[in-house]
Amino acid sequence: MSDKIIKGLNITKEFSGVPVVKNIDFWVKKNQFLTILGPSGCGKTTTLRMIAGFETPTTGRLFFEGKDITDLPPYMRPINTVFQKYALFPHMNIYENIAFGLRIKKISEKEISNKVAKMLALVNLEGFEKRAVNSLSGGQQQRIAIARALVNEPKVLLLDEPLGALDLKLRKEMQIELKNMQVELGITFVYVTHDQEEALTMSDKIIIMNQGEIQQIGSPIDIYNEPENAFVADFIGESNIFKGTMVRDYLVHFAGRDFVCVDKGFGDNTSIEVVIRPEDVRLVTISEGILEGVVKSVVFKGVHYEMLVTIADSDWMIHSTIMESIGKTVGIHITPDDIHIMHKEG
Amino acid sequence: MIKRLSSGPYLLWIAMFVLVPILMIFAFSLLGKSPEGGLVFSFSNFSRAFEPIYISVLVRSLKIALEATLICFLMGYPMAMILAKMNPKYRTTAVMLFVVPMWMNFLLRTYSWMTILGKNGVLNGLLSLLGLPQMTFLYSEGAVLLGMVYNFLPFMVLPIYTVLMKMDKSLIEAAEDLGGDKKTVFFKVIFPLSLPGILSGVSMVFMPAVSTFVISNLLYGGQYMLIGNLIEQQYLVVNDWNFGSAVAIILMLLILVTMAIMNRLGGSNAEQRGVNLW
Repeated sequence: MSDKIIKGLNITKEFSGVPVVKNIDFWVKKNQFLTILGPSGCGKTTTLRMIAGFETPTTGRLFFEGKDITDLPPYMRPINTVFQKYALFPHMNIYENIAFGLRIKKISEKEISNKVAKMLALVNLEGFEKRAVNSLSGGQQQRIAIARALVNEPKVLLLDEPLGALDLKLRKEMQIELKNMQVELGITFVYVTHDQEEALTMSDKIIIMNQGEIQQIGSPIDIYNEPENAFVADFIGESNIFKGTMVRDYLVHFAGRDFVCVDKGFGDNTSIEVVIRPEDVRLVTISEGILEGVVKSVVFKGVHYEMLVTIADSDWMIHSTIMESIGKTVGIHITPDDIHIMHKEG
Repeated sequence: MIKRLSSGPYLLWIAMFVLVPILMIFAFSLLGKSPEGGLVFSFSNFSRAFEPIYISVLVRSLKIALEATLICFLMGYPMAMILAKMNPKYRTTAVMLFVVPMWMNFLLRTYSWMTILGKNGVLNGLLSLLGLPQMTFLYSEGAVLLGMVYNFLPFMVLPIYTVLMKMDKSLIEAAEDLGGDKKTVFFKVIFPLSLPGILSGVSMVFMPAVSTFVISNLLYGGQYMLIGNLIEQQYLVVNDWNFGSAVAIILMLLILVTMAIMNRLGGSNAEQRGVNLW
């Protein structure tokens, strides 16, 4: 048997005739932290809900460890979910919330109380057993929601934008904690988010979706460095996208001149698109630069300045720790490594 | 200051139309006739209310009101669930159908049952059409119960429907996700979370049912059937306002106690009892 714990084949989901997920194929490997990333309405949550069993695919099959689970109701799947708005039971205290799944399995009270205590320790909320749900902060409720799912020892944990409602600092802490938990417990995580930074921080593998279709599947580094199309390049971090022509292997023409690059196999004289990350562009003196342009705007972003530089009719976004004044002519330097070539859309 | 001023009209309203009448009834109930025919302070009205004949009226009122409430609950809960689960396209219409009868006059609706249940009514017409012997439906306890259930059912359905609609669907999904089958999800999550709606529905059915006199007047006849009839008779027929007031006070206390018990029942999850009216 393969190490693919979940496999989706040709999955399509329509809501009253409108396709939300369009014929996607994907798989999740055992012990992987997989993130489904995309803008809202891209079908990522629907995909997660199909894995959980809350939605049935209109067409296509879903497999768990090789078995077809497409028509299995949620309560028969060895999968648990952490919901976006926590979904803790308001009529039960913390102990009863976490014990909910164990009670259904008819486990002895002693074992339940052991497991609940262990889970509370795992999420750093020891002693919260008797507390009421609404006496907890958002971050604490989220931890309880995670504990309530993990106590059932699921083979796969699904997380639907679990950190969306938390403030930035707490979110960053939880990202690291979640990642640590996943590694420690050796559970497969499928994580849905629209936050590209979150996806890059935690994931082993990222699936990028847009309008119901998968745009790219790859490791965070692959996706950042080698976006397959303009949507991915634009969605993952800031980027400059230019139309260009691949003159031949390792030589690309854009912005009015030829550049040496590291890509090949696009065919000679093919229209392509070029992605350049703002942080890869270096501002130099005019004599040192390959190109020159005029600074159009400068915004302070904390760690760096974000500048727009007009070069031959198009604006380049550049991140730099050195501030240049508006209207100044500057030199620009890029190396072949910084130029990413993508197939043209359509 | 403005807050205080603006609450003035309401305070005045409450004083004039709630507080003063209650105090008047209270005062009436504590006045008895002296041997000379004048009015004196006495508890005689209350001690009279505890004579066996009146106690039996009280007990019967409570029994019928509880029965009506129970039947409304048993019928109303599934109805509310069906409404809440309905396709939204038809749901509004279905809820409307529940509410529309309430636009019609309460008396008319009860009168119409007389023509259905009466000796020469629709039901008996059907029976004789089938060649069956005629039966007495009207002027029975059953007829009163039917009238109560018919009139008060929407008051049970609507609050339960409202809580079910407002219930966070992800809670139900979470329960399924944690291994709960349909039965477990209902009894461990849906039902306990709908308790506020149930309590509110029970209050809204029980209170009018225990104090009604119109339904029993029309469907049972003009006897001392329910406590409501007793009060009505004392005021309008016998003209003994003092005794009538005493019985009214006892009924009020009874309802108050019931409400207190209901509140205690719902007290465990008082935080989310948004729909409870009391």
